[in-house]
Amino acid sequence: MSQKLIDAITDMRENDALSITDEMLQSGTNPLDVLEACRKAMEVVGQRFEDGDCFVPELILAGEVLKQISEKAKPLMKEQAVSAKDLGKVVIGTVEGDIHSIAKDIVAFMLDVSGFEVTDLGVDVPPVKFVESVKETGAAVVGLSGFLTLAYDPMKATVKALKAAGLNEVKVMIGGGQVDEQIREYTGADAYGRDAMAAVALAKQWLGG
Amino acid sequence: MFAIPENWGELTARERQDARINSWALAQIEFASTEAEQGYRKRTQMIKNVVQLKKPERVPVMPWAGVYPAEYGGITVQEAMYDYEKLGDAWKKFNADFVPDCLVSAALIGPGKAFDMLDVKNYHWPGHGTPAGTSYQCVEGEYMTADEYDLLIADPSNYFMRSYLPRVLGALEPWQMLGPWTDIVELPFVGLALIPAGIPPVQQAFQKFLEAGQAIMEWISAVGPIEQTSVASLGVPPTIGGFTKAPFDTLGDTLRGTRGIMLDMYRQPDKLIAAMERIVPIAIDMGVRNATAHDNPLVFIPLHKGADGFMSNKDFEKFYWPTLKAVLMGLIEAGTVPYLFVEGGYSQRLDVITDPDIPAGHTVWMFDQTDMKEVKAKLGGWACFGGNVPGSLLKAGTPQEVEAYVKQLIDDVAQDGGYILANGAVLDNTTPENLHAMIDTGKTYGVYG
Repeated sequence: MSQKLIDAITDMRENDALSITDEMLQSGTNPLDVLEACRKAMEVVGQRFEDGDCFVPELILAGEVLKQISEKAKPLMKEQAVSAKDLGKVVIGTVEGDIHSIAKDIVAFMLDVSGFEVTDLGVDVPPVKFVESVKETGAAVVGLSGFLTLAYDPMKATVKALKAAGLNEVKVMIGGGQVDEQIREYTGADAYGRDAMAAVALAKQWLGG
Repeated sequence: MFAIPENWGELTARERQDARINSWALAQIEFASTEAEQGYRKRTQMIKNVVQLKKPERVPVMPWAGVYPAEYGGITVQEAMYDYEKLGDAWKKFNADFVPDCLVSAALIGPGKAFDMLDVKNYHWPGHGTPAGTSYQCVEGEYMTADEYDLLIADPSNYFMRSYLPRVLGALEPWQMLGPWTDIVELPFVGLALIPAGIPPVQQAFQKFLEAGQAIMEWISAVGPIEQTSVASLGVPPTIGGFTKAPFDTLGDTLRGTRGIMLDMYRQPDKLIAAMERIVPIAIDMGVRNATAHDNPLVFIPLHKGADGFMSNKDFEKFYWPTLKAVLMGLIEAGTVPYLFVEGGYSQRLDVITDPDIPAGHTVWMFDQTDMKEVKAKLGGWACFGGNVPGSLLKAGTPQEVEAYVKQLIDDVAQDGGYILANGAVLDNTTPENLHAMIDTGKTYGVYG
């Protein structure tokens, strides 16, 4: 059954995935096993995304399917789910002055399903908020998102603010439509990534996941 | 206004394009000097040549500037949106100092006061959700819900008036109470159908609508002369006659939002396609009508959600391309020139967009992060192309790096004409030195022998 669920999710058969979930839960499958199947499915989806075999619609749909499955499974869980999010903590947000959320949301989602504990600060996040959040959570990685060229200077200001706060050990990755190596250098970030899986790879590299 | 000749019905698409381009190129304008008039004629001729895939005397340089002229002119974007004198000073200075081959238009900045009055909800703009110095930005949202496709398809204008606009323009929220105009089919229905027009909130909404109209009239009365001054004194031709969108982007940006449309691709693909097909004639009309009104053949089309990475090529061919192609064909048939601003990367899409049904010499494609040698290989001899100078380079590079980049670009892809030098992404952030390096290198290094 688990494999059938994994296949339905990775083939983007939303209705099948939901009815298989219902069947599994009704026949007494441990809800944790259902969620484990979802995690495996997302590994496959993430790999396909990385390979250029699936794209934004598939990530959004898979996210939507996962949300619905976990809403079905969670009320049935007797035991607290053992946190699988042991790879480390990441703080993410769209930088000050920029209100674009779609790409940032996808990155946050892929980091989350890959096992990171993600604090998503939302959009239009001032540097000081990033600093506060890193101090609060003890995150070792910060992700700065920005769609427009106007994000360049706020990214630079955020990197500077983290350093000024003495958070020199924190690794900063940046991403967005107009971000490249030249802007990585300009902002002083540690790395930039083209897409969500690049962000996951960077976080794993830095946190040893 | 472009005067449609009496024999229009007998003309080919090429003859219609010629008629529109010639009308724009030979426009009777009171130029400030002979030099300005010669500049205007020379520039329009260069643009005509590249559209029609010939070699102009030199590479035309047509930067697509966003809000950078505000910073350059020492004002905030907020000031540019609310103080039209400052707007005029900044944009006129920008055009005068850089003298590109196209007018960098002040009209795209928009009347802030009218946006306030209408209570625009689906955008943030300086002072209203974004800082004073930045561009306006779209607020992602599902302004059309997933179950409203049938309403949209049945009557898009009715849907916009009674469902979409009341959601995105707070002042017009009471328009939800209006009935459809198509109820008015016989005399007794005039009375019955207009009952909502007497409801106090509806009357107040119309009052605000009229006040916004007045604010917009003040704005355009100020912007018109700003543009005319630059055109008449510098000879820089306006290069945006009309504006339209790919139907997928109308659905995805304007109505359903990114998340909404991407789920619809899986959950209700047939309705999505039917809605896009319904929008095709509306999108064509929008482009052609404005090109005619402004006596300017170029119809600007920004492309958003079909870029590399947004969907597979298979989905691009199924969802994005067919209705965009239909819009392009309609625009071409009417003699206008689609001027596509291809945001993001399009390297994966080049084989699809170079569709043999689209005639050579009728479209312009401005790219951002697409491999320009590939573009030249695929589009050369079929369509005019350009763009690509990176926003990152213009912001963080040196003038020497910009100059080297432009020279390399010209060496790589400009040799046969049909090419326009431009930046890739909307120009909001750069330095004057870097922008001069781009424009001036184009003008000197881009001369054809």
